[in-house]
Amino acid sequence: MARTLFDKVWDDHIVRQATGEPALLYVDLHLVHEVTSPQAFDGLRMAGRRVRRPDLSLATIDHGVPTDNRHLGIKDPLSKRQIDFLVKNCQEFGIPLFGLDDPRQGIVHVIGPEQGLTQPGMVIVCGDSHTATHGAVGALAFGIGTSEVEHVLATQTLPQNRPKNMAITVDGDLSVGVTAKDIILGIIARIGVGGGNGHVIEYRGSTIRSLSMEGRMTICNMSIEAGARAGMVAPDDTTFTYLEGRPFAPKGRVLDAALAYWRSLPTDDDAAFDTEIRLAANDFEPYVSWGTNPAQTVSVTGVVPSPDSAENPIEADSIDRALAYMDLRPGQPISEIRLDRVFIGSCTNARIEDLRVVAAMVSGKRVHPEVSAMIVPGSGLVKLQAEREGLDQVFLSAGFEWRDAGCSMCLGMNPDILGPGERCASTSNRNFEGRQGAGGRTHLVSPPMAAAAAIEGHFVDVRSWS
Amino acid sequence: MEAISVITGTMAPLPRANVDTDQIMPKQFLKRVERTGYGEFLFHEWRKADPQFVLDRPEYRGAEILVTGPNFGSGSSREHAPWGLADWGFRAVVAPSFGDIFRNNCTKIALLPVELSPKEVQWLIGLAEADPAAVVRIDLDAQTVTAPGFEAHFDMDPHTKWRLLNGLDDIGLTLRHQDEVATFEATRPFFKPTTVSR
Repeated sequence: MARTLFDKVWDDHIVRQATGEPALLYVDLHLVHEVTSPQAFDGLRMAGRRVRRPDLSLATIDHGVPTDNRHLGIKDPLSKRQIDFLVKNCQEFGIPLFGLDDPRQGIVHVIGPEQGLTQPGMVIVCGDSHTATHGAVGALAFGIGTSEVEHVLATQTLPQNRPKNMAITVDGDLSVGVTAKDIILGIIARIGVGGGNGHVIEYRGSTIRSLSMEGRMTICNMSIEAGARAGMVAPDDTTFTYLEGRPFAPKGRVLDAALAYWRSLPTDDDAAFDTEIRLAANDFEPYVSWGTNPAQTVSVTGVVPSPDSAENPIEADSIDRALAYMDLRPGQPISEIRLDRVFIGSCTNARIEDLRVVAAMVSGKRVHPEVSAMIVPGSGLVKLQAEREGLDQVFLSAGFEWRDAGCSMCLGMNPDILGPGERCASTSNRNFEGRQGAGGRTHLVSPPMAAAAAIEGHFVDVRSWS
Repeated sequence: MEAISVITGTMAPLPRANVDTDQIMPKQFLKRVERTGYGEFLFHEWRKADPQFVLDRPEYRGAEILVTGPNFGSGSSREHAPWGLADWGFRAVVAPSFGDIFRNNCTKIALLPVELSPKEVQWLIGLAEADPAAVVRIDLDAQTVTAPGFEAHFDMDPHTKWRLLNGLDDIGLTLRHQDEVATFEATRPFFKPTTVSR
């Protein structure tokens, strides 16, 4: 029977499938960080259980780390305690850790692909909803809760009900200034924050094929913002070239065997999807989120919507609430929204290509005097690479802050937060109320849109900006 | 895990759509390493902004069932959100739909996620708003929600239902199949990576 990419990866990981029960899936890679793991390790200790496969687990520290003055230590006593717990747990249970003194430390979803640990056909889990990022290489990767983290630590498996298949196909050439971030924001605006619930999305079509691996990661990363369990892109030569030579990627004869398997993974021609959506590349524009969920997004050339445009009372109420929280009025042009802060970072957009694009745009310019702008690389190695290319000097000369790697102001669990009422253009993934700091107002955008906004002090259409 | 069979209690209405887990349990409370004690932080920012928020109104104080809008628990995978709801005293959440990870997380800690149609949920919200003392009965075995003049059926996959009815935790169940895990493990392709540096 013809199968999708998702079907093949799922089927290849079924340890046990009894009638009326969820499948028991084998987990190839379990990524661990400090925030969602301490209670899981405690659970193991209380039950006298060990970690079944520490050699298929990797830990790093990303959510709570400061991104400047690390040599001074971690001032927040709760974050310090949580980080110390992870270090101690990794020692006790034998799990490899990229700690704060390791140049490979970084956002868990940046370092997996960067190290070549994220490979096609794998099942990858992590106690973080943006685990979907790893689907860009053709892996099935999804976020789990802490009870499930404990389950994976103890058994290296996870009972899961089989999700449905959704295909989102995008064909054609993107216009200059329209990025992978705009594709996923545009998709979420169309299908809604619950549009992917219960599904794994496979992103297909010539537009997706033409994206770099990093662009594909940006798209898969935000699958959860449409409610999907995971996002995937079929592995192809772009994938194989990306993986070549990375520390944990297969080499020599091992690579030959892996490649033969990887090439068998793409969806069969006559495979059926439960849901199919077709879009054209020229349906997409540079987007700006105006509200408090990622589907509340419009084109940079658009205006803030009115509750009158809602299809039902609950949606009208949610537009009303978002307008009040964001301090915006219906009909206000997006280009007139003025900014206090710009954040370029997160597991969505803090890889080297993102930083290169930003550097090219801000070179020789100055951040607007009323804006405070920061750039937080996704990993220590992204930071090193950017510095090797001289990008840090471009950023610093333009007036950006240049920080150490971590999740930073994407969720503000470290000292990088918005003050109440502050308005931020952010390359991250969530514009929920208070996400970047209590009372803070987040507008989700692509890296070029964030760069241009930092210089101008308000949103501008990057397609016509020079 | 505690077994669930019948939950009888009053409701707290929260008629909002897409309530994300960042609202249920804001990030500043995720720095704790404990599994309990999150109840007081539940909906922290909303309660701070609105002294009349439903949880703080005396008539809804003892509610054991939260009735809310579609896509409840979307966003972050933080299990701290269901921990907070359970710690507050909720034993069930009734909504037209849930975020997938949130729903999974609830079933691991005996917090019952109940999906009813938007109309049925709206009816219950109306009842809870009109009569905070109205008692609702959720029967997991029969998969029904009943109140005077109201009866609705909800779906639940048979395995999760069995697990919740018996208070069984997944890890214990899976460890019964360790042999199968070992057999599977022995046949994994040799090219799969390990995290031990090469």
